[in-house]
Amino acid sequence: MSLLRMEDVSIRFGGLLAVYNVNLSVQPGEIHSLIGPNGAGKSTIFNLITGIYKPSEGHIYFDEKRIEGKKPYHIAALGIARTFQNIHLFNDLTVLDNVLIGAHTSGKWDLTGSLLKFTPWVRSDERKLKFLAMESLEAMELTDKTNELAKNLPYGEQRRLEIARALAVKPKLLLLDEPAAGMNPHEKQVLMEMVKIIRGKGITIFLVEHDMKFVMGISDQIAVLDYGVKIAEGLSEEIRTNPKVIEAYLGKGAVH
Amino acid sequence: MVEMMQNLIDQIDPYTLQILMNIGIAIIMALGLNLITGVTGQLSLGHAAFMSIGAFTSAILSIHYNLPFSLNLLVAGLTAAFIGALIGFPILRLTGDYLAIATLGFAEILKVIFLNLNITNKALGLSVPPPNTDIPMPFVIFFVALVTIIFMSFIHNSRFGRSLMAIREDEIAAEAMGINATRYKLQAFAVGSFLAGVGGGLYAHVIAYINPSDFGFMKSIDILNMVVLGGLGSIPGAILGASVLASAPEFLRFMQQYRMLVYGALLVFLMVFRPNGLLGGVNFTRLVLKIIGKNKPARAAK
Repeated sequence: MSLLRMEDVSIRFGGLLAVYNVNLSVQPGEIHSLIGPNGAGKSTIFNLITGIYKPSEGHIYFDEKRIEGKKPYHIAALGIARTFQNIHLFNDLTVLDNVLIGAHTSGKWDLTGSLLKFTPWVRSDERKLKFLAMESLEAMELTDKTNELAKNLPYGEQRRLEIARALAVKPKLLLLDEPAAGMNPHEKQVLMEMVKIIRGKGITIFLVEHDMKFVMGISDQIAVLDYGVKIAEGLSEEIRTNPKVIEAYLGKGAVH
Repeated sequence: MVEMMQNLIDQIDPYTLQILMNIGIAIIMALGLNLITGVTGQLSLGHAAFMSIGAFTSAILSIHYNLPFSLNLLVAGLTAAFIGALIGFPILRLTGDYLAIATLGFAEILKVIFLNLNITNKALGLSVPPPNTDIPMPFVIFFVALVTIIFMSFIHNSRFGRSLMAIREDEIAAEAMGINATRYKLQAFAVGSFLAGVGGGLYAHVIAYINPSDFGFMKSIDILNMVVLGGLGSIPGAILGASVLASAPEFLRFMQQYRMLVYGALLVFLMVFRPNGLLGGVNFTRLVLKIIGKNKPARAAK
Protein backbone atom coordinates (compact mmCIF):
# COMPACT_ATOMS: atom_id res chain seq x y z
CA MET A 1 0.00 0.00 0.00
CA SER A 2 1.46 3.30 -1.02
CA LEU A 3 1.58 6.39 1.19
CA LEU A 4 1.14 8.79 -1.69
CA ARG A 5 -0.37 7.94 -5.02
CA MET A 6 -0.99 10.18 -8.03
CA GLU A 7 -3.36 8.78 -10.63
CA ASP A 8 -3.38 10.29 -14.12
CA VAL A 9 -2.80 13.77 -12.75
CA SER A 10 -2.75 16.65 -15.24
CA ILE A 11 -2.79 20.39 -14.81
CA ARG A 12 -3.28 23.05 -17.41
CA PHE A 13 -2.38 26.73 -17.08
CA GLY A 14 -4.37 28.29 -19.89
CA GLY A 15 -3.05 26.53 -22.98
CA LEU A 16 0.06 25.18 -21.28
CA LEU A 17 -0.05 21.58 -20.16
CA ALA A 18 2.39 21.72 -17.25
CA VAL A 19 1.87 18.20 -15.97
CA TYR A 20 0.35 15.49 -18.13
CA ASN A 21 -1.09 12.14 -16.98
CA VAL A 22 1.44 11.55 -14.27
CA ASN A 23 1.20 8.34 -12.26
CA LEU A 24 3.42 8.14 -9.24
CA SER A 25 3.41 6.22 -6.03
CA VAL A 26 5.59 6.71 -2.97
CA GLN A 27 5.91 3.75 -0.62
CA PRO A 28 6.06 4.28 3.15
CA GLY A 29 9.60 4.54 4.51
CA GLU A 30 11.39 5.17 1.23
CA ILE A 31 13.36 8.09 -0.13
CA HIS A 32 11.81 8.85 -3.48
CA SER A 33 13.37 11.39 -5.81
CA LEU A 34 11.88 13.32 -8.68
CA ILE A 35 14.36 14.65 -11.21
CA GLY A 36 14.14 16.34 -14.58
CA PRO A 37 15.41 19.33 -16.56
CA ASN A 38 14.39 22.89 -15.64
CA GLY A 39 10.74 23.57 -16.29
CA ALA A 40 9.82 19.89 -16.38
CA GLY A 41 7.04 20.43 -13.82
CA LYS A 42 8.69 19.10 -10.67
CA SER A 43 7.75 21.97 -8.41
CA THR A 44 4.29 21.99 -9.98
CA ILE A 45 3.85 18.43 -8.79
CA PHE A 46 4.79 19.50 -5.26
CA ASN A 47 2.31 22.34 -5.47
CA LEU A 48 -0.36 19.90 -6.61
CA ILE A 49 0.32 17.56 -3.70
CA THR A 50 0.32 20.36 -1.11
CA GLY A 51 -2.88 21.92 -2.38
CA ILE A 52 -1.49 25.15 -3.80
CA TYR A 53 -2.79 24.02 -7.22
CA LYS A 54 -5.80 21.86 -7.95
CA PRO A 55 -5.27 19.27 -10.69
CA SER A 56 -7.31 19.77 -13.86
CA GLU A 57 -7.70 16.00 -14.06
CA GLY A 58 -6.78 12.99 -11.99
CA HIS A 59 -6.67 12.12 -8.33
CA ILE A 60 -4.11 12.29 -5.55
CA TYR A 61 -4.38 9.89 -2.62
CA PHE A 62 -2.57 10.23 0.68
CA ASP A 63 -3.04 7.33 3.10
CA GLU A 64 -5.76 6.14 0.71
CA LYS A 65 -7.69 9.39 1.21
CA ARG A 66 -8.27 11.73 -1.70
CA ILE A 67 -6.54 15.05 -1.09
CA GLU A 68 -6.64 16.85 -4.42
CA GLY A 69 -8.35 20.24 -4.20
CA LYS A 70 -8.07 20.37 -0.43
CA LYS A 71 -6.66 23.54 1.16
CA PRO A 72 -2.91 23.63 1.94
CA TYR A 73 -3.49 23.96 5.71
CA HIS A 74 -5.78 20.94 5.62
CA ILE A 75 -3.20 18.86 3.80
CA ALA A 76 -0.48 19.93 6.26
CA ALA A 77 -2.71 18.79 9.12
CA LEU A 78 -3.07 15.39 7.44
CA GLY A 79 0.69 14.93 7.69
CA ILE A 80 2.40 16.33 4.59
CA ALA A 81 5.08 18.94 5.27
CA ARG A 82 7.26 20.66 2.70
CA THR A 83 10.14 22.99 2.05
CA PHE A 84 10.32 25.47 -0.80
CA GLN A 85 12.66 25.80 -3.74
CA ASN A 86 13.24 29.49 -3.08
CA ILE A 87 13.45 29.68 0.69
CA HIS A 88 10.20 30.75 2.38
CA LEU A 89 11.20 31.37 5.98
CA PHE A 90 9.51 33.76 8.41
CA ASN A 91 12.43 36.15 8.08
CA ASP A 92 11.82 38.64 10.85
CA LEU A 93 11.04 35.97 13.44
CA THR A 94 13.54 34.02 15.49
CA VAL A 95 14.66 30.51 14.60
CA LEU A 96 12.68 29.16 17.54
CA ASP A 97 9.50 31.00 16.49
CA ASN A 98 9.87 29.65 12.97
CA VAL A 99 9.92 26.10 14.27
CA LEU A 100 7.17 26.78 16.81
CA ILE A 101 4.96 27.89 13.92
CA GLY A 102 5.86 24.63 12.22
CA ALA A 103 4.49 22.82 15.26
CA HIS A 104 1.20 24.71 14.85
CA THR A 105 -0.98 21.69 14.10
CA SER A 106 0.07 19.96 17.34
CA GLY A 107 -1.39 22.77 19.47
CA LYS A 108 -5.04 23.52 20.01
CA TRP A 109 -5.40 26.88 21.82
CA ASP A 110 -6.20 29.89 19.68
CA LEU A 111 -7.50 33.33 20.61
CA THR A 112 -8.98 32.08 23.89
CA GLY A 113 -5.60 30.56 24.66
CA SER A 114 -4.08 34.06 24.59
CA LEU A 115 -6.61 35.16 27.21
CA LEU A 116 -5.93 32.10 29.36
CA LYS A 117 -2.19 32.27 28.88
CA PHE A 118 -1.24 31.39 32.44
CA THR A 119 -3.69 28.55 32.96
CA PRO A 120 -2.18 25.04 33.19
CA TRP A 121 -3.95 23.85 30.01
CA VAL A 122 -2.48 26.52 27.78
CA ARG A 123 0.93 26.21 29.41
CA SER A 124 1.11 22.47 28.87
CA ASP A 125 0.04 23.04 25.27
CA GLU A 126 2.88 25.56 24.83
CA ARG A 127 5.36 23.19 26.48
CA LYS A 128 4.37 20.47 24.03
CA LEU A 129 4.98 22.80 21.06
CA LYS A 130 8.31 23.93 22.51
CA PHE A 131 9.41 20.34 23.01
CA LEU A 132 8.52 19.45 19.42
CA ALA A 133 10.30 22.56 18.16
CA MET A 134 13.49 21.85 20.07
CA GLU A 135 13.42 18.23 18.94
CA SER A 136 13.36 19.22 15.27
CA LEU A 137 16.01 21.90 15.80
CA GLU A 138 18.22 19.24 17.35
CA ALA A 139 17.71 16.95 14.37
CA MET A 140 18.93 19.74 12.09
CA GLU A 141 21.72 20.80 14.48
CA LEU A 142 20.44 24.31 14.96
CA THR A 143 19.91 24.37 18.74
CA ASP A 144 22.61 26.98 19.28
CA LYS A 145 20.82 29.43 16.96
CA THR A 146 17.38 29.51 18.59
CA ASN A 147 17.38 33.25 19.31
CA GLU A 148 18.82 34.40 15.98
CA LEU A 149 16.55 35.98 13.42
CA ALA A 150 15.94 33.60 10.53
CA LYS A 151 17.12 36.18 7.98
CA ASN A 152 20.51 36.47 9.72
CA LEU A 153 21.41 32.80 9.26
CA PRO A 154 23.86 31.76 6.57
CA TYR A 155 22.30 30.22 3.47
CA GLY A 156 22.99 26.58 4.31
CA GLU A 157 21.50 26.98 7.77
CA GLN A 158 18.43 28.68 6.33
CA ARG A 159 17.88 25.59 4.18
CA ARG A 160 18.26 23.39 7.25
CA LEU A 161 15.89 25.61 9.23
CA GLU A 162 13.26 25.08 6.55
CA ILE A 163 13.61 21.34 6.99
CA ALA A 164 13.51 21.70 10.80
CA ARG A 165 10.31 23.73 10.49
CA ALA A 166 8.78 21.06 8.24
CA LEU A 167 9.80 18.33 10.74
CA ALA A 168 7.98 20.19 13.51
CA VAL A 169 4.75 19.57 11.58
CA LYS A 170 5.25 15.90 12.55
CA PRO A 171 4.77 14.77 8.97
CA LYS A 172 4.32 11.26 7.65
CA LEU A 173 5.53 12.51 4.29
CA LEU A 174 8.20 15.17 3.90
CA LEU A 175 8.52 16.97 0.56
CA LEU A 176 11.90 18.58 -0.03
CA ASP A 177 12.10 20.96 -2.98
CA GLU A 178 15.76 21.18 -4.02
CA PRO A 179 17.15 20.92 -0.49
CA ALA A 180 20.79 20.97 -1.63
CA ALA A 181 20.51 23.92 -4.02
CA GLY A 182 23.32 26.41 -3.50
CA MET A 183 25.13 24.31 -0.90
CA ASN A 184 28.83 23.54 -1.04
CA PRO A 185 30.00 19.89 -1.28
CA HIS A 186 30.58 19.62 2.46
CA GLU A 187 27.16 21.05 3.33
CA LYS A 188 25.61 18.63 0.85
CA GLN A 189 27.33 15.71 2.54
CA VAL A 190 26.03 16.81 5.95
CA LEU A 191 22.54 17.28 4.53
CA MET A 192 22.59 13.82 2.99
CA GLU A 193 23.35 12.26 6.38
CA MET A 194 20.57 14.29 7.98
CA VAL A 195 18.03 13.19 5.38
CA LYS A 196 18.97 9.58 6.04
CA ILE A 197 18.51 10.10 9.79
CA ILE A 198 15.07 11.63 9.18
CA ARG A 199 14.09 8.61 7.11
CA GLY A 200 15.34 6.44 9.97
CA LYS A 201 12.69 8.05 12.17
CA GLY A 202 10.02 6.59 9.93
CA ILE A 203 9.32 9.67 7.85
CA THR A 204 8.87 9.03 4.13
CA ILE A 205 10.75 11.47 1.93
CA PHE A 206 9.87 12.70 -1.52
CA LEU A 207 12.40 15.12 -2.97
CA VAL A 208 13.12 17.18 -6.03
CA GLU A 209 16.79 17.76 -6.70
CA HIS A 210 19.15 18.75 -9.49
CA ASP A 211 22.33 17.45 -7.96
CA MET A 212 22.74 13.95 -9.43
CA LYS A 213 25.37 12.87 -6.93
CA PHE A 214 23.01 13.78 -4.12
CA VAL A 215 20.05 12.01 -5.74
CA MET A 216 21.98 8.86 -6.63
CA GLY A 217 23.50 8.80 -3.15
CA ILE A 218 20.32 8.59 -1.13
CA SER A 219 17.35 7.60 -3.29
CA ASP A 220 15.54 4.27 -3.16
CA GLN A 221 13.43 5.17 -6.17
CA ILE A 222 13.86 7.82 -8.82
CA ALA A 223 11.21 9.19 -11.15
CA VAL A 224 12.16 11.34 -14.14
CA LEU A 225 9.96 14.09 -15.50
CA ASP A 226 10.35 15.85 -18.84
CA TYR A 227 7.92 18.42 -20.24
CA GLY A 228 5.34 17.41 -17.64
CA VAL A 229 5.44 13.72 -18.58
CA LYS A 230 6.98 10.95 -16.51
CA ILE A 231 9.52 9.32 -18.81
CA ALA A 232 11.16 6.84 -16.44
CA GLU A 233 11.04 5.42 -12.96
CA GLY A 234 13.22 2.96 -11.14
CA LEU A 235 16.38 2.36 -9.16
CA SER A 236 19.32 4.70 -9.59
CA GLU A 237 21.25 2.27 -11.83
CA GLU A 238 18.32 1.87 -14.22
CA ILE A 239 17.84 5.61 -14.44
CA ARG A 240 21.51 6.29 -15.10
CA THR A 241 21.50 4.08 -18.18
CA ASN A 242 17.98 4.80 -19.44
CA PRO A 243 18.30 6.27 -22.97
CA LYS A 244 15.20 8.42 -22.59
CA VAL A 245 16.65 10.08 -19.52
CA ILE A 246 19.97 10.73 -21.18
CA GLU A 247 18.15 12.21 -24.14
CA ALA A 248 16.11 14.52 -21.90
CA TYR A 249 19.22 15.80 -20.19
CA LEU A 250 21.78 15.79 -22.95
CA GLY A 251 19.71 15.90 -26.13
CA LYS A 252 19.33 13.48 -29.05
CA GLY A 253 22.43 11.78 -30.33
CA ALA A 254 24.07 11.52 -26.95
CA VAL A 255 23.31 7.82 -26.78
CA HIS A 256 25.57 5.54 -28.79
CA MET B 1 -12.42 54.09 46.66
CA VAL B 2 -14.38 56.15 44.17
CA GLU B 3 -13.87 59.24 46.35
CA MET B 4 -10.14 58.63 46.43
CA MET B 5 -10.07 58.50 42.62
CA GLN B 6 -12.13 61.67 42.40
CA ASN B 7 -9.78 63.43 44.83
CA LEU B 8 -6.80 62.35 42.79
CA ILE B 9 -8.37 63.66 39.62
CA ASP B 10 -9.22 67.00 41.21
CA GLN B 11 -5.51 67.48 41.79
CA ILE B 12 -4.75 67.42 38.07
CA ASP B 13 -5.79 70.35 35.95
CA PRO B 14 -8.58 69.54 33.45
CA TYR B 15 -6.47 70.41 30.42
CA THR B 16 -3.75 67.87 31.26
CA LEU B 17 -6.41 65.35 32.18
CA GLN B 18 -8.08 65.78 28.80
CA ILE B 19 -4.75 65.13 27.03
CA LEU B 20 -4.14 62.06 29.18
CA MET B 21 -7.58 60.70 28.32
CA ASN B 22 -6.94 61.31 24.61
CA ILE B 23 -3.68 59.39 24.95
CA GLY B 24 -5.46 56.50 26.69
CA ILE B 25 -8.05 56.21 23.94
CA ALA B 26 -5.36 56.56 21.27
CA ILE B 27 -3.44 53.66 22.85
CA ILE B 28 -6.51 51.42 22.68
CA MET B 29 -7.15 52.39 19.04
CA ALA B 30 -3.50 52.03 18.03
CA LEU B 31 -3.10 48.61 19.65
CA GLY B 32 -6.20 47.40 17.82
CA LEU B 33 -4.87 48.55 14.46
CA ASN B 34 -1.41 47.27 15.35
CA LEU B 35 -2.84 43.76 15.63
CA ILE B 36 -4.37 44.01 12.15
CA THR B 37 -1.65 45.94 10.33
CA GLY B 38 1.48 45.49 12.43
CA VAL B 39 1.19 41.89 13.57
CA THR B 40 -0.90 40.29 10.83
CA GLY B 41 0.33 42.59 8.06
CA GLN B 42 -3.09 43.51 6.65
CA LEU B 43 -3.12 47.20 5.77
CA SER B 44 -6.40 48.74 6.91
CA LEU B 45 -7.31 52.34 6.11
CA GLY B 46 -10.72 52.16 7.72
CA HIS B 47 -10.03 51.78 11.41
CA ALA B 48 -11.99 54.95 12.24
CA ALA B 49 -15.10 53.30 10.78
CA PHE B 50 -15.05 50.68 13.52
CA MET B 51 -14.45 53.43 16.03
CA SER B 52 -17.58 55.17 14.75
CA ILE B 53 -19.61 51.95 15.05
CA GLY B 54 -18.55 51.69 18.68
CA ALA B 55 -19.09 55.39 19.34
CA PHE B 56 -22.62 55.46 17.92
CA THR B 57 -23.62 52.14 19.48
CA SER B 58 -22.38 53.30 22.84
CA ALA B 59 -24.01 56.74 22.50
CA ILE B 60 -27.38 55.31 21.44
CA LEU B 61 -27.28 52.81 24.31
CA SER B 62 -26.55 55.63 26.75
CA ILE B 63 -29.39 57.76 25.39
CA HIS B 64 -32.09 55.10 25.19
CA TYR B 65 -31.12 52.43 27.70
CA ASN B 66 -29.62 52.85 31.11
CA LEU B 67 -27.10 50.01 30.91
CA PRO B 68 -24.10 49.92 33.25
CA PHE B 69 -21.21 51.55 31.40
CA SER B 70 -19.09 48.38 31.37
CA LEU B 71 -21.89 46.49 29.63
CA ASN B 72 -22.43 49.43 27.29
CA LEU B 73 -18.76 49.34 26.23
CA LEU B 74 -18.86 45.58 25.79
CA VAL B 75 -21.87 45.83 23.47
CA ALA B 76 -20.18 48.65 21.54
CA GLY B 77 -17.05 46.52 21.11
CA LEU B 78 -18.96 43.40 20.13
CA THR B 79 -21.03 45.29 17.57
CA ALA B 80 -17.88 46.66 15.97
CA ALA B 81 -16.29 43.19 16.05
CA PHE B 82 -19.36 41.62 14.50
CA ILE B 83 -19.47 44.12 11.64
CA GLY B 84 -15.69 43.81 11.33
CA ALA B 85 -16.00 40.06 10.87
CA LEU B 86 -18.88 40.49 8.44
CA ILE B 87 -16.91 42.96 6.31
CA GLY B 88 -13.66 41.07 6.79
CA PHE B 89 -15.08 37.85 5.41
CA PRO B 90 -15.19 39.07 1.79
CA ILE B 91 -12.41 41.69 1.83
CA LEU B 92 -9.69 39.82 3.70
CA ARG B 93 -9.25 37.68 0.60
CA LEU B 94 -7.66 40.76 -0.91
CA THR B 95 -4.07 41.64 -0.17
CA GLY B 96 -1.93 44.76 0.05
CA ASP B 97 -3.14 47.82 -1.81
CA TYR B 98 -6.44 46.20 -2.78
CA LEU B 99 -7.30 45.49 0.84
CA ALA B 100 -6.34 49.05 1.80
CA ILE B 101 -8.68 50.48 -0.85
CA ALA B 102 -11.52 48.14 0.15
CA THR B 103 -11.26 49.15 3.82
CA LEU B 104 -11.09 52.80 2.80
CA GLY B 105 -14.22 52.38 0.69
CA PHE B 106 -16.05 50.63 3.49
CA ALA B 107 -15.20 53.45 5.90
CA GLU B 108 -16.52 56.08 3.50
CA ILE B 109 -19.75 54.13 2.87
CA LEU B 110 -20.32 53.75 6.59
CA LYS B 111 -19.79 57.48 7.13
CA VAL B 112 -22.41 58.27 4.50
CA ILE B 113 -24.83 55.78 6.05
CA PHE B 114 -24.41 57.35 9.48
CA LEU B 115 -24.91 60.79 7.94
CA ASN B 116 -28.33 59.67 6.68
CA LEU B 117 -29.74 57.56 9.49
CA ASN B 118 -32.35 58.98 11.84
CA ILE B 119 -31.02 57.06 14.80
CA THR B 120 -27.62 58.79 14.48
CA ASN B 121 -29.40 62.14 14.08
CA LYS B 122 -28.02 62.56 10.55
CA ALA B 123 -25.46 65.31 10.05
CA LEU B 124 -26.37 66.99 13.32
CA GLY B 125 -24.68 64.27 15.32
CA LEU B 126 -25.52 63.05 18.80
CA SER B 127 -25.10 64.63 22.19
CA VAL B 128 -23.97 61.91 24.53
CA PRO B 129 -25.16 61.85 28.16
CA PRO B 130 -22.58 61.18 30.89
CA PRO B 131 -21.63 57.52 31.29
CA ASN B 132 -23.60 55.42 33.74
CA THR B 133 -20.79 54.71 36.18
CA ASP B 134 -19.46 56.00 39.52
CA ILE B 135 -15.86 55.56 38.53
CA PRO B 136 -14.37 58.75 37.02
CA MET B 137 -13.84 58.54 33.24
CA PRO B 138 -10.03 58.89 33.30
CA PHE B 139 -9.78 55.80 35.46
CA VAL B 140 -12.13 53.85 33.21
CA ILE B 141 -9.96 54.77 30.23
CA PHE B 142 -6.66 53.95 31.92
CA PHE B 143 -8.05 50.65 33.13
CA VAL B 144 -9.26 49.63 29.66
CA ALA B 145 -5.95 50.74 28.13
CA LEU B 146 -4.02 48.71 30.69
CA VAL B 147 -6.11 45.60 30.09
CA THR B 148 -5.62 46.07 26.34
CA ILE B 149 -1.83 46.31 26.72
CA ILE B 150 -1.71 43.16 28.86
CA PHE B 151 -3.98 41.24 26.50
CA MET B 152 -1.90 42.29 23.48
CA SER B 153 1.33 41.14 25.10
CA PHE B 154 -0.34 37.81 25.84
CA ILE B 155 -1.31 37.52 22.19
CA HIS B 156 2.21 38.29 20.99
CA ASN B 157 3.69 35.30 22.80
CA SER B 158 1.04 32.75 22.02
CA ARG B 159 0.21 30.21 19.36
CA PHE B 160 -2.42 32.63 18.06
CA GLY B 161 0.02 35.56 17.84
CA ARG B 162 2.71 33.45 16.17
CA SER B 163 0.20 32.33 13.56
CA LEU B 164 -0.65 35.96 12.80
CA MET B 165 3.03 36.86 12.46
CA ALA B 166 3.57 33.86 10.21
CA ILE B 167 0.82 35.16 7.93
CA ARG B 168 2.48 38.59 7.84
CA GLU B 169 5.88 37.12 7.05
CA ASP B 170 4.85 34.59 4.39
CA GLU B 171 1.28 33.52 3.82
CA ILE B 172 2.11 30.58 1.56
CA ALA B 173 4.56 29.11 4.05
CA ALA B 174 2.11 29.73 6.90
CA GLU B 175 -0.58 27.72 5.11
CA ALA B 176 1.94 24.95 4.40
CA MET B 177 2.47 24.74 8.18
CA GLY B 178 -1.24 24.08 8.71
CA ILE B 179 -2.35 27.64 9.47
CA ASN B 180 -5.77 28.58 8.10
CA ALA B 181 -4.78 32.09 7.06
CA THR B 182 -8.28 33.34 6.24
CA ARG B 183 -9.62 32.31 9.62
CA TYR B 184 -6.76 33.86 11.56
CA LYS B 185 -6.89 37.10 9.58
CA LEU B 186 -10.60 37.30 10.29
CA GLN B 187 -10.04 36.76 14.01
CA ALA B 188 -7.34 39.43 14.11
CA PHE B 189 -9.64 41.80 12.24
CA ALA B 190 -12.48 41.11 14.67
CA VAL B 191 -10.28 41.67 17.74
CA GLY B 192 -8.89 44.89 16.25
CA SER B 193 -12.41 46.08 15.45
CA PHE B 194 -13.55 45.18 18.96
CA LEU B 195 -10.88 47.41 20.44
CA ALA B 196 -11.77 50.19 18.01
CA GLY B 197 -15.40 49.85 19.11
CA VAL B 198 -14.49 50.08 22.79
CA GLY B 199 -12.21 53.04 22.05
CA GLY B 200 -15.05 54.69 20.14
CA GLY B 201 -17.44 54.17 23.05
CA LEU B 202 -14.98 55.82 25.43
CA TYR B 203 -14.35 58.65 22.96
CA ALA B 204 -18.07 59.36 22.61
CA HIS B 205 -18.47 59.78 26.36
CA VAL B 206 -15.35 61.86 26.81
CA ILE B 207 -16.17 64.29 24.00
CA ALA B 208 -19.92 64.16 24.80
CA TYR B 209 -20.82 64.99 21.22
CA ILE B 210 -20.20 62.84 18.16
CA ASN B 211 -20.72 63.47 14.49
CA PRO B 212 -20.16 61.02 11.61
CA SER B 213 -17.63 63.43 10.10
CA ASP B 214 -15.38 62.98 13.15
CA PHE B 215 -14.58 59.48 11.88
CA GLY B 216 -13.41 60.23 8.38
CA PHE B 217 -10.36 59.21 6.42
CA MET B 218 -8.09 61.57 8.37
CA LYS B 219 -8.96 59.84 11.63
CA SER B 220 -8.01 56.46 10.16
CA ILE B 221 -4.75 57.92 8.91
CA ASP B 222 -4.06 59.43 12.35
CA ILE B 223 -4.35 56.00 13.95
CA LEU B 224 -2.24 54.40 11.24
CA ASN B 225 0.39 57.10 11.79
CA MET B 226 0.61 56.20 15.47
CA VAL B 227 1.28 52.56 14.63
CA VAL B 228 3.79 53.33 11.88
CA LEU B 229 5.56 56.01 13.91
CA GLY B 230 6.03 53.67 16.86
CA GLY B 231 7.02 50.69 14.74
CA LEU B 232 4.70 48.21 13.07
CA GLY B 233 4.09 45.12 15.17
CA SER B 234 5.62 46.54 18.36
CA ILE B 235 3.41 47.02 21.44
CA PRO B 236 5.70 49.57 23.14
CA GLY B 237 5.95 51.23 19.74
CA ALA B 238 2.19 51.57 19.37
CA ILE B 239 1.94 52.97 22.91
CA LEU B 240 4.72 55.47 22.23
CA GLY B 241 3.30 56.43 18.84
CA ALA B 242 -0.17 56.93 20.32
CA SER B 243 1.21 59.01 23.20
CA VAL B 244 3.33 61.23 20.96
CA LEU B 245 0.73 61.83 18.27
CA ALA B 246 -2.21 62.25 20.64
CA SER B 247 -0.35 64.95 22.54
CA ALA B 248 1.61 66.48 19.62
CA PRO B 249 -1.14 68.93 18.58
CA GLU B 250 -1.07 70.30 22.13
CA PHE B 251 2.71 70.56 22.40
CA LEU B 252 2.88 72.25 19.02
CA ARG B 253 0.03 74.61 19.87
CA PHE B 254 2.42 77.56 20.38
CA MET B 255 3.20 77.46 16.66
CA GLN B 256 -0.43 78.13 15.88
CA GLN B 257 -1.31 77.59 12.25
CA TYR B 258 2.14 76.24 11.40
CA ARG B 259 1.82 73.21 13.59
CA MET B 260 0.44 70.88 10.93
CA LEU B 261 3.41 71.89 8.79
CA VAL B 262 5.85 70.91 11.51
CA TYR B 263 3.90 67.75 12.25
CA GLY B 264 4.12 66.71 8.59
CA ALA B 265 7.82 67.53 8.42
CA LEU B 266 8.48 65.46 11.54
CA LEU B 267 6.80 62.47 9.96
CA VAL B 268 8.87 62.82 6.80
CA PHE B 269 12.12 63.03 8.81
CA LEU B 270 11.14 60.00 10.80
CA MET B 271 10.44 57.91 7.72
CA VAL B 272 13.81 58.92 6.25
CA PHE B 273 15.90 58.21 9.33
CA ARG B 274 13.90 55.48 10.99
CA PRO B 275 11.75 53.78 8.33
CA ASN B 276 10.78 50.95 10.67
CA GLY B 277 9.36 53.37 13.23
CA LEU B 278 10.80 54.55 16.53
CA LEU B 279 10.77 51.13 18.16
CA GLY B 280 10.46 48.96 15.05
CA GLY B 281 12.68 45.89 15.06
CA VAL B 282 13.52 46.33 18.75
CA ASN B 283 12.84 43.14 20.65
CA PHE B 284 12.51 44.10 24.29
CA THR B 285 12.85 40.63 25.73
CA ARG B 286 16.06 40.11 23.82
CA LEU B 287 17.29 43.60 24.71
CA VAL B 288 16.81 42.96 28.43
CA LEU B 289 18.47 39.54 28.15
CA LYS B 290 21.41 41.15 26.39
CA ILE B 291 21.77 43.86 29.03
CA ILE B 292 21.80 41.39 31.91
CA GLY B 293 24.11 39.15 29.87
CA LYS B 294 21.84 36.16 29.57
CA ASN B 295 21.41 35.92 25.83
CA LYS B 296 22.01 32.21 25.81
CA PRO B 297 20.13 29.71 23.69
CA ALA B 298 16.93 28.42 25.22
CA ARG B 299 17.13 24.88 26.50
CA ALA B 300 14.71 22.18 25.50
CA ALA B 301 11.61 22.11 27.65
CA LYS B 302 11.22 19.00 29.72
